[in-house]
Amino acid sequence: MALNDHTAFVMRDRNWHPDPAAAGYKTTVLRAPQQALMSIQTPSVSERSGPDFGAMALGGNDNDLLLNYRQDAAADGLPIGERIQVFGRVIDQFGAAVSNTLVEIWQANAGGRYRHDMDSYLAPLDPNFGGVGRSVTDAEGWYRFRTVRPGPYPWPNDPNSWRPAHIHVSVMGPSIATRLITQLYFEGDPLIPRCPIVNTIRDPAAVETLTARLDMPRSRSFDCLVYRFDIVTRGALQTWFENA
Amino acid sequence: MSPLNLKQPRDPASVYLPETPSQTAGPYVHIGLALDVAGLPEREHEIDNVLAEPEAEGQRIELAGVVLDGAEQPVADILVEAWQADANGNYVTEFAFNNVFNSFGRAAPAADDAGHWRFRTVKPGRLPYAGGIDMAPHVNLMLFARGINIHLHTRVYFDDEAEANADCPFLNRVPPHRRNTLIARRAGDNPAGDPRYDIVIRLQGPEETVFFDF
Ligand SMILES: [Fe+3]
Repeated sequence: MALNDHTAFVMRDRNWHPDPAAAGYKTTVLRAPQQALMSIQTPSVSERSGPDFGAMALGGNDNDLLLNYRQDAAADGLPIGERIQVFGRVIDQFGAAVSNTLVEIWQANAGGRYRHDMDSYLAPLDPNFGGVGRSVTDAEGWYRFRTVRPGPYPWPNDPNSWRPAHIHVSVMGPSIATRLITQLYFEGDPLIPRCPIVNTIRDPAAVETLTARLDMPRSRSFDCLVYRFDIVTRGALQTWFENA
Repeated sequence: MSPLNLKQPRDPASVYLPETPSQTAGPYVHIGLALDVAGLPEREHEIDNVLAEPEAEGQRIELAGVVLDGAEQPVADILVEAWQADANGNYVTEFAFNNVFNSFGRAAPAADDAGHWRFRTVKPGRLPYAGGIDMAPHVNLMLFARGINIHLHTRVYFDDEAEANADCPFLNRVPPHRRNTLIARRAGDNPAGDPRYDIVIRLQGPEETVFFDF
């Protein structure tokens, strides 16, 4: 999405986003800034611009987590777990497609273990699963990944805190002003309302927008279930904004 | 989010949706966005901390930093993204792995490096600003980590650009007693012989770094 110097974006609604300092999520206590953010009323080219990944060279299986870490080409070299597809559209707040933008995901395997040096949970690593993917949206803003449904996992917060099954999702959008990292949850997971990280978001309607829906008509017989997750980035005020 | 209930036929002027809410990047952000730091094999190409190849125009520099929490402890699980102009003050918006200079990069601390991260880049040029006075050279940073529910935006200026900094219309909007939190210090050369600049970003405390909302 090419933007000119006149592009500005709808103000970010920080009451809709999670509270930076949320005592229930203990790590925020020492990491949330205590001073007010400094508002920039007249964003410069530095804030209005951002990288365009339309020309980025991606590997053929970068968006296929079932295949992009398999240890051999044998038919049984597939990750353990529930095969799923996750797809959706990236659009802005006015419904315009966000094309050519980079969408990246990372996740635990079906047992709830990340392939990360620092993850020591007792669930096993899966030799055929890395848990990393990336994709660039098409002209209409669509993206798609194939993966396994991640397992829930315990984490040190409350004496017994478990994360709901989730996929971490990173989207760039057309400017650094639209940069966003979030998490995708799965419809019907009883751990969602119990999660201190989810609960840093005050408005239940906002949590609903992070819940991917089972898309049964698109699910593939004897292959995989399909979940839909649309992503909304800040609206571009391209046509209305007059340069200061 | 759930499939959008956009009424058909759609009237573009009536569509207004809430932005997807942020969630923390979590402790394992590196498996997704900085694979080598997480211990994963890298793919054929990765977005990394090298913005400028040796052929890039301008003064090569290393921008090195550390992010400290409210207990003055380094945030080892930080992911830092940089967005900066080239030596001539232009943003290179078309990212490509074969560009000699990309305006965008990512850095993360190695496990044994006590939270220190670095970018290999060039000194950015001055940039235009409304009103006709240029902004001083700066690098825009975005910070992601466990315990940071929505990423933080800040800027890094350079202490050997005193004159440009004094004139910078953007920096001049920052309260004077907090401007120092945005200024990297020249600290000798790195092993490759490039000038090194150090920045300490503090998430809390009396010298808390200025973070921006825009
Ligand atoms: Fe996670």
